Parts: sequence; structure tokens; C-alpha cells
Amino acid sequence: MSDNAIELTHVKKQYDQKAVVDDVSFTVRSGEIFSLLGPNGAGKSTLIKMMTTLLRPDAGNITINGFNIRDQAQAARQQFSVTGQSTAIDQDLSARENLIIFGKLNGLLGQAARERADALLQDFDLVNSADKALATFSGGMRRRLDLAVSLIGKPDILFLDEPTTGLDPRTRIQMWTAIRKLVTNGSTVLLTTQFLEEADQLANRIALIDHGRLMALGTPDELKQQVGGMQLRITIADIKAVPVVSDFLQNQFGSSPTTDDATLTIPLREDAMPSVGNLLHQLQEANITINRMNIEPPSLDDVFFKMTVGKN
Amino acid sequence: MQTTKTRENAFRSSLTLTHRNLLKTLHNPDNMSDVVIQPIIFTLLFGYLFGGVVAGSVNAYLPMLVSGIMVQSILNAASGSGQQLREDINSGIFDRFKSMPISPIAPLAGQLVGDILRLLVSGVVAILTTMLMGWRPTVGTGAVIIALLLAVFIGWATSWIFALIGLLVKNAELIGSLSMIIILILSFLSNAFIPIKTMPDFLQPIVNLNPVTITISAIRTILQTGAWSGSATLVLVSGIIIIGIFLPLSLVVYRRQS
Repeated sequence: MSDNAIELTHVKKQYDQKAVVDDVSFTVRSGEIFSLLGPNGAGKSTLIKMMTTLLRPDAGNITINGFNIRDQAQAARQQFSVTGQSTAIDQDLSARENLIIFGKLNGLLGQAARERADALLQDFDLVNSADKALATFSGGMRRRLDLAVSLIGKPDILFLDEPTTGLDPRTRIQMWTAIRKLVTNGSTVLLTTQFLEEADQLANRIALIDHGRLMALGTPDELKQQVGGMQLRITIADIKAVPVVSDFLQNQFGSSPTTDDATLTIPLREDAMPSVGNLLHQLQEANITINRMNIEPPSLDDVFFKMTVGKN
Repeated sequence: MQTTKTRENAFRSSLTLTHRNLLKTLHNPDNMSDVVIQPIIFTLLFGYLFGGVVAGSVNAYLPMLVSGIMVQSILNAASGSGQQLREDINSGIFDRFKSMPISPIAPLAGQLVGDILRLLVSGVVAILTTMLMGWRPTVGTGAVIIALLLAVFIGWATSWIFALIGLLVKNAELIGSLSMIIILILSFLSNAFIPIKTMPDFLQPIVNLNPVTITISAIRTILQTGAWSGSATLVLVSGIIIIGIFLPLSLVVYRRQS
């Protein structure tokens, strides 16, 4: 098997002359959690639909475990399963019936389908509600069942389109745990999300998508570094001392800080650490009290803002 | 080898999705009502309300009512096909099916094979309810079964028309009310419940041309005399033509949508 689970090369899709996906290329490695991060309407769902053979790209190539989605669609479909944005389970069927039907569609025979359904009900904590009407299910239970249904054929690759949208924080963390567990079993996961925190928490690598284009690609740390390295943030007790501290910062780091009340922020180059020591010394000599001081990487929020809004 | 495997897959997945479709009918009160409750209620209502007016007594009305109510119930059940397909498409579950390594037409097959059983149940419920009210067939069981099968066949042909509507119209509720209105007009502007000669002159030619009238006449003849009439052949041929047109058309539209 190839090391690349999913490969996209120069994929394009238009609706009414408008490019929804515009020349997107990326590769998802086997066994990683890969996140497509972007705002509403960025083209994430269109990309998922093309990767899962539901939509044909206008141009470009997509392979799933080496199978081309154009001329080897059936073989490609055997490699993955997909959980869409709307929970695609049968409202009129019980959880167990849903699992058994999808098990059979995945080629399991009667007894095997029932056993696999039982195991998944156990795994996703749905045993007590297995035979109840789905109308009584909470949003979180539906999502869990939806994910369980996706796993019934033991897919190699799993596509999750906004798996936690609309879930409360507790259920979201449950879903995260379930998703992390998938890759420890050797699956590859591609998920879309609008939440920076979710991508940061789950993904090995993130592709930032906006207006159908790939804006940035890398590990969460790499993306943060693209925006800039670490930054120093310092809050002093006496607001009147801000100009003095500002001068100190200018001297030590060669650029002027941004100020917000008594808080000053300045980007740090990687070799700037000795200067931080000098700064502390200077502050002490000038009798300036520090309330808080930290050195932190930029958040993914900063990345997101810079990449999506900043470029337009 | 590859084709046998593909065919086996198509057959098995269609069977599984028919099973799913029937489970949905069993669990969904709406669908159950269409298939079982409505035939019972309509039979009781029409029988006891109109029996005296139309035929002098309930017992004298039942031989006429049984064919009308059977066809009406079956068409009513057939009309649900479009809405059910559209609900499945809109819910995203068909997308899930399409992204799976199963035969692409299995979801459509599941709905329409399920329809055959639903129509059969509706027809049988209508017959049994009339029998409970006192109707006894004067022809052999074989003739009753042939009448039932002819009604189911034309009903199934009709459900392909509704399936196509379901594939083309995006709004499930609109399809539901549209289907209901079509069936209401077609079945009431027919000889299902009331003799045509009691209707106003301008209406009679329209009613005579209504395909539902022709279908009911054919089935009424079989149930009353045991004879296969010319209109029975007409119904059979029309059914084949409808299926010949709407089955491939639905398949094309269904495949285009992916």
C-alpha cells in the first residue's frame, strides 16, 4: 500500500462560472489526522464531496489509497467511509437496525453484521438505547451513532465533515476522544472544521482553506510560525511607566511594541532570549513592577486572521 | 467473474435496502397509516355512509365498493413513493449510499421493490375490510387474486411516475401534498365510489376517460364475473408502457444527480 492515503493534484470545481475549489493540491499521509480548516463556504464540503466520489472535479486528479476516483470509483469507495454534515442515519430505524443495515451493505452477512453492531454499540456507549426510536436521541448520541455507522466496514480512511458542529462542549470532547482513538487503530482521518481549537487539538497537519484556495498547509506549530515566532507580552503595574518600558523594548529588540493599556506586546526573534534577560535587569533597576509577563506562540486565531482576512 | 460478482452485489444490496425500506414503513406511523389505516377507514366510511344512498343498502354497495376502494388504496400507497425518495435524498442518507461500494441503483431499487409489498398489503387490507363488512366474492379465489395483482401492477407502474416526481422536485412536503391532490382528484373523478350515470353530463366524458375509471372497470369485471375483459388488457399494456417509459427515465435522472 502507498504511504499516501489521499492525494489531490490541481483540483478545481466551478458552479455557475464561480470557482468553489480553485487549484487545490495536498497529500494526506496514511495514519494521520488531517484537518481542512476554513470558514463557512470556503469549499471544504465540496472538497469532501469530490474526494468521496459524490461530485466530479472539473479538473485535476484525486486518488484514494492509489485508486483514481474517476475511473476506479468502486475500488476507491472500498477504502473509505464518510460522515456528512447532516447526520445521515435513518430516523425511523433504531440504532441497532441502522448498524445492521449498513453492516450488510458493507458485505457482512447476517450474524457477522449483528455481532459487529453489538461491538460498536458497546464502543460508542449506546447499548442502553440500542433499540429505542432515534427520535429520543440527543444530538450527541446521533453523532456517535453516525460515527459508529461509518466504522462498521472498518474503513481505512475516514472522512468527517464538521463532526462536532452543533455539539455542546462535553459531547465535543467525547467526539475528539473517539476520533483520536481511530488513528491509534491505524485509520487515516480527514476532518473539516471551522474551529481552530479543534484543528489544533486533533490534527497532525492542517490545510487552511478560504475562497476555494489552499492558503497554508502544515503542522499546527508550522502554521503558527508562518505568522511569526514567539511573542513577549508584559503587563506593568503603573500605566504611567508605559513610555519608559516601550523605550526599553525598542532598545532591546529593535522594534516598537504594540500597547494596550498597561500591556505591551512585541515579537521575538529566535535569538532574542538573552535580550529578555537584559530587559528584566533594566526593569528592576528602574523600579518598575511587573504584574504579568509571558512568552507565547501566536494562537491559531492569529494564523487564521492573518491568512484569511489579511489577504483580502 | 467480475460481472457475476457485481450482479450478486447489486442483488444483495437491493435486498438489504428493501429490508430497510420496509422497516421504515413499519416504524413510521405516517407510512403505516397510508398503507394500513387509510384503507380500513375509507372502506368503513364509504361503505356505511354511501351504501344506502348509492345502492339502497350497505350490502348491495359492497360489490361495487370493493374494486373502487382497492384501487384507491393501492394508488394512495403508490403516491407515497416520491415523497419517501425525496426525504431520503434530502436527509443525506442517499449520499452515504452513493459513497459506498454498492450498486448505484440499489437505493432506488430498495424503494420500489418495497413499494410492491406496500401496495400488496394495502390491497389485501381493503379486500379484508370489505369482507369483514359482509362482502363475499361471487367468483373463485383465483379471480380475486388476479384482480388484486392487476391493481398492484398498475399501482406499481404509477409509483414510478411518482418516483420521477420525487427525483425532480426538491421539496418533500410539496411532493407529499402534490401526490395527495393528484390521487384525490383521479380517484374521486372516477367510478370508484359512485356510478357515472348519476354525475352531471359535462363530467361524464371526463370521468370515462380517467385511467382510474378504466382500471376500476377492468377489476370490477374480474371481481363480478371472473372474466378478463378488453379493458383489463388495456390496463396491463398501459402499465407496461408506463414502466417502459418511467423506469429508465427515473434511473437516468437518479444517476445524473450524482
